Amino acid sequence: MLYFSDLLQYSDVFFSGLKTTVELTVLTTILGVALGTVCATVRQYGNRAGQSVVSVYVELIRNTPFIVQLFFIFFGLPALGMMLSPWQASMIALTINLGAYSTEIIRAGLASISKGQVEAAKVLGLNFRQTLTRVIFIPAFEKIYPALTSQCIIVMLGSAVISQISVQDLTYAANLVQSRNFRAFESYLVTALLYLGLSILLRFAFNALGKRLFAYRTSN
Amino acid sequence: MSLVNLHQVHKYYGDHHVLKGIDLDIKAGEVVSIIGKSGSGKSTLLRCINGLEQYQEGGITVDGKEVTTEDIQVRRLALSVGMIFQNFNLFPHMTVGENVMLAPTIVLKKSKAEAEATARAMLEKVGLAEKFDSFPEKLSGGQQQRVAIARALAMSPKVLLCDEITSALDPELVGEVLKVLEQLAKEGITLVLVTHEMNFARDVGSRVVFMHQGKVWEQGDPKTILSNPQTDELKQFMGAVL
Repeated sequence: MLYFSDLLQYSDVFFSGLKTTVELTVLTTILGVALGTVCATVRQYGNRAGQSVVSVYVELIRNTPFIVQLFFIFFGLPALGMMLSPWQASMIALTINLGAYSTEIIRAGLASISKGQVEAAKVLGLNFRQTLTRVIFIPAFEKIYPALTSQCIIVMLGSAVISQISVQDLTYAANLVQSRNFRAFESYLVTALLYLGLSILLRFAFNALGKRLFAYRTSN
Repeated sequence: MSLVNLHQVHKYYGDHHVLKGIDLDIKAGEVVSIIGKSGSGKSTLLRCINGLEQYQEGGITVDGKEVTTEDIQVRRLALSVGMIFQNFNLFPHMTVGENVMLAPTIVLKKSKAEAEATARAMLEKVGLAEKFDSFPEKLSGGQQQRVAIARALAMSPKVLLCDEITSALDPELVGEVLKVLEQLAKEGITLVLVTHEMNFARDVGSRVVFMHQGKVWEQGDPKTILSNPQTDELKQFMGAVL
């Protein structure tokens, strides 16, 4: 028999876990994409030194497990005198992780913009910053928007790992509840459904934003 | 007084010697057609005039100011040199109006109202006033190219460079673009065109420059030079295009 009603008394635990996961997701999505945008721009248009720095960063993050990155930041950095709270360490680890993956995605978008667009901007007298923000970014993001959306959702789901350093996120709540009432099946099923709901919501939010940003595709 | 002056301009792509000492002097109000086979250096020449390509020797001045590819120079140059491309290069995420208003607002720092008035006037000039709020992808190639002309004109350039601007168009759309150019020529704007439209070069142009192997091979009054070419190369070229 299944006893979902046994979870009811822990609804505030689930709710506060959900809140933490949502907060971290919103924050790291914004910061991670911003970091990725800067790094992609450097990698695509920057000087050789800048490109190398970005390459090292991207390869380092993309070729190591997220949980190791998280543990390194939380347990390792104190050795250098950097004491971070679990929440801070998670925020940094998630941002750095999303930053690296989104760098590669966004760079593909930048690379897809034809040289002619840049030249047209140049002969009209736009400087490089104006060319980036007015001419390049929107069409570039449009091309890679689905991939970027997926990556943000992957990072949100991957954030379940931060319960390992005792951040009280949604997965932490599930662990806590099932250790109290031994309703593992119910606990993890509800948690899985909550993550599913979050994914759908995040995708929905991205689509809505995309409709605004790329309005020119659907208009007359 | 000369508006565009090229003096012994040499340009290399690595070992490839593309421009071999170009001397050219263009006066305000002239309509100069540059013709020649592909690979003769026509487009490169045009791109050197507005600083998109670097040249290695010689000198180019526009309106008395030297042309280099230094970023700031290119931008200052943009104020006096307009350019239109073969592939239009309109910004796809902006309406026609926004395309035309962009540079006047953020480069010339005009107010939005002022930029909009200019944009509407320029679109009127190219016969596309009613397309102000359309997006480029909804327009035909000929219309897109006319928007590109309006966009360049909105910066009130002293000279307009046209790089094979009808080559990507369907034949029936070429006329509408050439008509706009003809009207501009009548208004006295200085035009330098790389073109294959011999009729346009003859009827509207004030000079034809024939380029061959990176040099100005022959130049002169369109009617004279096109009906009575002096060099074998131009004779051969005329035979090929007619």
